[in-house]
Amino acid sequence: MAIAKVLGIETEYGIAGGPDSDPITSSSIIVNAYAQQGRTRINWDFEGETPDMDARGRVNLTSFAPIVETHLANTVLTNGARLYVDHAHPEYSSPECRTPREATLYDVAGEEVMRRALEIANQSLDPTQAITLYKNNSDGKGNSYGTHENYLVRRDLEFAHLIRAMVPHFVSRQIVIGAGKVGAETEPALEHNPSFQLSQRSEFFEEIVGLETTLKRPIINTRDEPHCDAERFRRLHVIIGDANMSQIATFVKLGSTALLLAALEEFGPEEFPAMPRSPVHAVRAFALDLTLTEAVACDDEKSRSAWDFQDELWHVANNYVRRTGADVVADPDEVALILEQWREMLDGVRDNRDAVADRVDWVAKWRVVSGYKVRHGLNDRDAKLRAIDLQYHDLRPTHSLAARVGLRTLYDDAAVREAVHNPPLSTRAYFRGQCVARFPEEIVAANWDSVVFDVGEGPLQRVPMLDPLRGTHALTSELLETSASASELLAALDR
Amino acid sequence: MSERERIQKQRKERTSKTAEEVSVDATKGDQLKADLDDLLDEIDEVLEENAEEFVRNYVQKGGE
Repeated sequence: MAIAKVLGIETEYGIAGGPDSDPITSSSIIVNAYAQQGRTRINWDFEGETPDMDARGRVNLTSFAPIVETHLANTVLTNGARLYVDHAHPEYSSPECRTPREATLYDVAGEEVMRRALEIANQSLDPTQAITLYKNNSDGKGNSYGTHENYLVRRDLEFAHLIRAMVPHFVSRQIVIGAGKVGAETEPALEHNPSFQLSQRSEFFEEIVGLETTLKRPIINTRDEPHCDAERFRRLHVIIGDANMSQIATFVKLGSTALLLAALEEFGPEEFPAMPRSPVHAVRAFALDLTLTEAVACDDEKSRSAWDFQDELWHVANNYVRRTGADVVADPDEVALILEQWREMLDGVRDNRDAVADRVDWVAKWRVVSGYKVRHGLNDRDAKLRAIDLQYHDLRPTHSLAARVGLRTLYDDAAVREAVHNPPLSTRAYFRGQCVARFPEEIVAANWDSVVFDVGEGPLQRVPMLDPLRGTHALTSELLETSASASELLAALDR
Repeated sequence: MSERERIQKQRKERTSKTAEEVSVDATKGDQLKADLDDLLDEIDEVLEENAEEFVRNYVQKGGE
């Protein structure tokens, strides 16, 4: 049986400018600017963080545990998200959401949070030191930073099955949801001297399975840090994805992956297309092939293009929906929209790219890049083309090209504004966000699976939230509304 | 109607509206081409003045 696909996206934003052009300082300015404008000066609680725990159940001595930087700016927002400095980037981790559509809204809300932070921060900076933010994944010089998806899966799902079923999707989905890139920046890709690639991230992947996220990046990341009841749940941490500017691309990225994970939990890996024999070669080769015809050899002796993989995977998802309804992913209307958009984008990138330029980021970007190149007679290496690439992802409305290419949206501005402040209703993020909004003075720290209160007398009190589907509006709104203080809330929770 | 019901109803309406909004019709390709031409006409006003310097100075530390 498949379980509810609770999900969300973490995004590290590219950052430039600032008082001394130091990205850590600038990132701190951004996070603090936002934290100080509202009631969000609440610390992150690192209890329960185990980024070096390996899902394969053994410690890989060649791997490096990510460094947890406790001294950097780190806060919890009233919408249940976490806003903090991760390494040298400001990062927004969306609250846990119940459906792909909702998770898309909270990803877009993250852009708005960053935009507001930018505005506040730049008001106090000299114009020559203004900070700029980019929702992208690389600097074009060999440095990459992540957009990670997270999906709740059953703990008893065999990890080997997860690898077997999901690698084909993770190497091929870039043809639909890749964000596009001018040129190349790692040695293996530079050898091909491409003018354009489908994905920001693909050329950075070097392993099939592994624990690292910053070097030797693996297609399947084994970080085993569930942030919930580890007996029942696993959090699949997906590091192989681009930051999307297209809301519909984000929606299809989340929706297709959630449907496939649910299909895997329900029926096992047998229906999935065979693994490519060399997944790392496949993900890179697919990124370099704008014709979408390059095929790779697979474990079942067949060869498949990225398009073939996606076509088969779409049918796996479609069969799963026909047989079960897929209510663990979303309601029937939303599930139908996932399948419809995924199908249209898949057929569009092969047969009629113009028709999907309003949804597929790499197509939208490529049209501008190639149109500009032709119009001005530029060569492939012209800096202007790289500038177009960067500015596609610029968060400033005055500079954003994504805002000018006619991307369709799932949500209007009013819905996004709501989501900047208010948490989703049907996960524990509701309780977290509401506590932060109602009792900011009494909360000393919060994290994904608990909120810690200091009500003045006695020891600190931790409220655990080990089930992502508890702490919802349905279960806690009455309690929150009838508690005039944090003490009353804690007393009521004890009863 | 409770607050929760109201919100769910709104969401439902929004979902079905979106399904119509995002369907593609045959004339869309032509319109998109015209829109792209318009964007290419005015893009220089939006692009950073010194593309070379802008691109060179955009250096990030790795993350994740």
